[in-house]
Amino acid sequence: MLESVLVTIATAATPLLIAAIGELVVERSGVLNLGVEGMMVMGAVTGFGIAITTGSPWLGVFAAILVGAAFALLFGFLTLTLVTNQVATGLALTLLGLGVSGMIGEAFIGLPGVKMAPWVIPGLSDLPVVGRFLFAQAPLFYVSILLVIGVGYFLFRTRAGLTLRSVGDNHDSAHALGIRVIGVRYAAVLFGGACAGLAGAYLSLVYTPQWIENMTAGRGWIALALVVFASWRPWRVLAGAYLFGAVSIGQLHAQVIGVSVPSQLLSALPYLATIAVLVLISRNRRLTMVNTPACLGRPFVPAR
Amino acid sequence: MTEVGAGVDQRHEGEGGELLEVRGLTKTFGALKACDAIDLSIGKGEIHALLGENGAGKSTLVKMLFGALEPAAGEIRWKRRVVAIQSPGEARRLGIGMVFQHFSLFEALTAAENIMLALDDTTPILQVAERARELSKAYGLPLDPFAHVGDLSVGERQRIEIIRCLLQKPDLIILDEPTSVLTPQEADRLFETLETLRDEGKSILYISHRLEEVKRLCDRATVLRHGRVVSHCDPRRETAASLARMMVGDEVDTVKRVGSVDASGQSLLEVKGLSRPAANPFAVSLREISLSVRAGEVVGIAGVAGNGQGELFEALSGEALQDKAGAIRVRGTDAGRLGISGRRLLGAAFVPEERLGHGAAPQMRLSENLFLSRHVTDAGAFVGALGTVRSGALANAAARIVEAMDVRKGGEDPEASALSGGNLQKFIIGRELDRQPAVMIVNQPTWGVDAGAAARIRQALIDLARSGSAVLVISQDLDELFEICDSVAVMHDGRLSAPVPIAEATFEKIGLLMGGATPERAEPPEKAETA
Repeated sequence: MLESVLVTIATAATPLLIAAIGELVVERSGVLNLGVEGMMVMGAVTGFGIAITTGSPWLGVFAAILVGAAFALLFGFLTLTLVTNQVATGLALTLLGLGVSGMIGEAFIGLPGVKMAPWVIPGLSDLPVVGRFLFAQAPLFYVSILLVIGVGYFLFRTRAGLTLRSVGDNHDSAHALGIRVIGVRYAAVLFGGACAGLAGAYLSLVYTPQWIENMTAGRGWIALALVVFASWRPWRVLAGAYLFGAVSIGQLHAQVIGVSVPSQLLSALPYLATIAVLVLISRNRRLTMVNTPACLGRPFVPAR
Repeated sequence: MTEVGAGVDQRHEGEGGELLEVRGLTKTFGALKACDAIDLSIGKGEIHALLGENGAGKSTLVKMLFGALEPAAGEIRWKRRVVAIQSPGEARRLGIGMVFQHFSLFEALTAAENIMLALDDTTPILQVAERARELSKAYGLPLDPFAHVGDLSVGERQRIEIIRCLLQKPDLIILDEPTSVLTPQEADRLFETLETLRDEGKSILYISHRLEEVKRLCDRATVLRHGRVVSHCDPRRETAASLARMMVGDEVDTVKRVGSVDASGQSLLEVKGLSRPAANPFAVSLREISLSVRAGEVVGIAGVAGNGQGELFEALSGEALQDKAGAIRVRGTDAGRLGISGRRLLGAAFVPEERLGHGAAPQMRLSENLFLSRHVTDAGAFVGALGTVRSGALANAAARIVEAMDVRKGGEDPEASALSGGNLQKFIIGRELDRQPAVMIVNQPTWGVDAGAAARIRQALIDLARSGSAVLVISQDLDELFEICDSVAVMHDGRLSAPVPIAEATFEKIGLLMGGATPERAEPPEKAETA
């Protein structure tokens, strides 16, 4: 019982984790990308479509990453090169992604999907309780954990990561030092978009291997909240993703057990938890001030 | 131009072998010629002063030299080669380093991380920290590489900037108003460092409007006014007055302090045991602050930036409320629990440090800004019966203030952000003076304001006090405080010293207090300074 609960929590947490870790990098560079939901849903529809036409879930995954990055490139071109408002642009891209994915996906509705086979590690997967949770998961589960480790190491142990954080902290100073602010931000935005696309592919190739319109169902927004919840720290994103995953799974289990709570209220639980966490976080000013990228959402226009 | 080998004659005068030669450098912003055909030459091993009022074009000029702005015309010769400096990175590769006036540091990062970002090689962070520590020892600039910059004082931040600049081994170091944020003692230490650097053959471009330090330190000077070079001169052969004349053009009115204070004047602003915990990790907590300002008196609060002056201003103005209503009394009434408007109704007026965004809404017109600060106190004059804005009365009042303070502006009622810093400050001060407030509290009244406007503002504050009001001036400019105050108290680390009557105050005494010494034991504050 516990083992299967852990496995389902991981299934719910992984897409949140992948999208959030990408957005964390974006926000650490000082850009607020509210288009995560749109990039995710585009990744989901592309991943699904390529996987069923080619029969290869891996090609679907790569296509999803590319489409997520392409959407992010559009976001970058608008907000970084043309210096449009980041909030409005992100919202517009979310709406665009939801619309375009619905249009592309019309042909896919009801088709059987291709499920990505799990990687079962012999021996270890037979461990009690954690065996199936840690060692018999879809490949993207391992990718999500590697992403957290990689991003944590990159941000706090490498020079490039230091450069990225400096751009998010004070872009004018970074520019004065000769750092190419816009270049760094493009790279971060592309990475974030690729992660969002990957998270979308997880939904349509692992979580529920089929296409349902609007199948991200607000997970992009939860990922955004998660970055704040984690105060821009990769390991806390991991913890937060599993917490939110547990909340959404707990909701399903409560229904099974027969707890008589309206299902609409239960589905709203993750969002309520997000709001509660946001309130708690914003009360602790030290927590946010030390970690918050000071230039978050501020457009950069170098004077020439 | 004769070609003389540089290096042998390190402190050479005149022509030949110049490190940097600038000819006809021009930069325009819209209709404004910020720099107009500037010529400048700097030799090896020379400290060269760049003098000028705010807005004379100094910052624009050095930004072009550092690749942060692109010149519209003119040429830059570096080591006798014409160069086009496209970016700060390129300037650094050429050997030009810069220490900025508003520091270009990252507050969320440590000192070592800040330094590392400016180095092109990929040295591990621990080695960077070690090299920084060695260098800081060699030049007498104590530094903790692992401290977060957000937690450091302004003087310490400047040290990081200088160390960072030195680690790049530049031939020319540009310093933009380096002493404007330092205590006199910190400034002395900086001068020693600069002299050491000059003796090692480095060249320094020293930007300042403080004439005494230029005379003391610099070998040559270039004076700018309104974007043009007024003079190339030897500051040691000039007097402070003659340099000032070159900078300002005509003589600036000196501020006149008339009359003496009536010691029996009633205390209009009373602060008793005011404490306030730090609101965020980068703020300073206020501890047991007491002070009293009598009618007819100007009291100054000196201190190095970031010692709690901003927090004190917020507490006094009512942006931050006190727990005890009696902690602040305005004209005998407890005001500690009153908000800004409540305190204004008691007759107090406030001018914050930041002009744009705090003192005035940048995108709103002057008359609208006037309404914003006075719609409660002057509701009778500016608000109509149905809560409407009486724009005619507003326009008249705005015109009266513009007239009284000699605010120079383009257009009838421009947006606040369209005014120059000095003119906007005159308007903001004038807006409060126009009410004849009984208590006037000003933070940094003339920061970044040209000499003419500064003199006008200072005179207005003295006149207000002499007409029977209590005036409290928070400032980092000691010259200013000595010019207008009847007594000066010093803030250090959230505490306020007892006021020193101006007759007994000296720069040294106040400087020691700024470094954290107590008046009883005014020893050199080695420890407190690095705290």
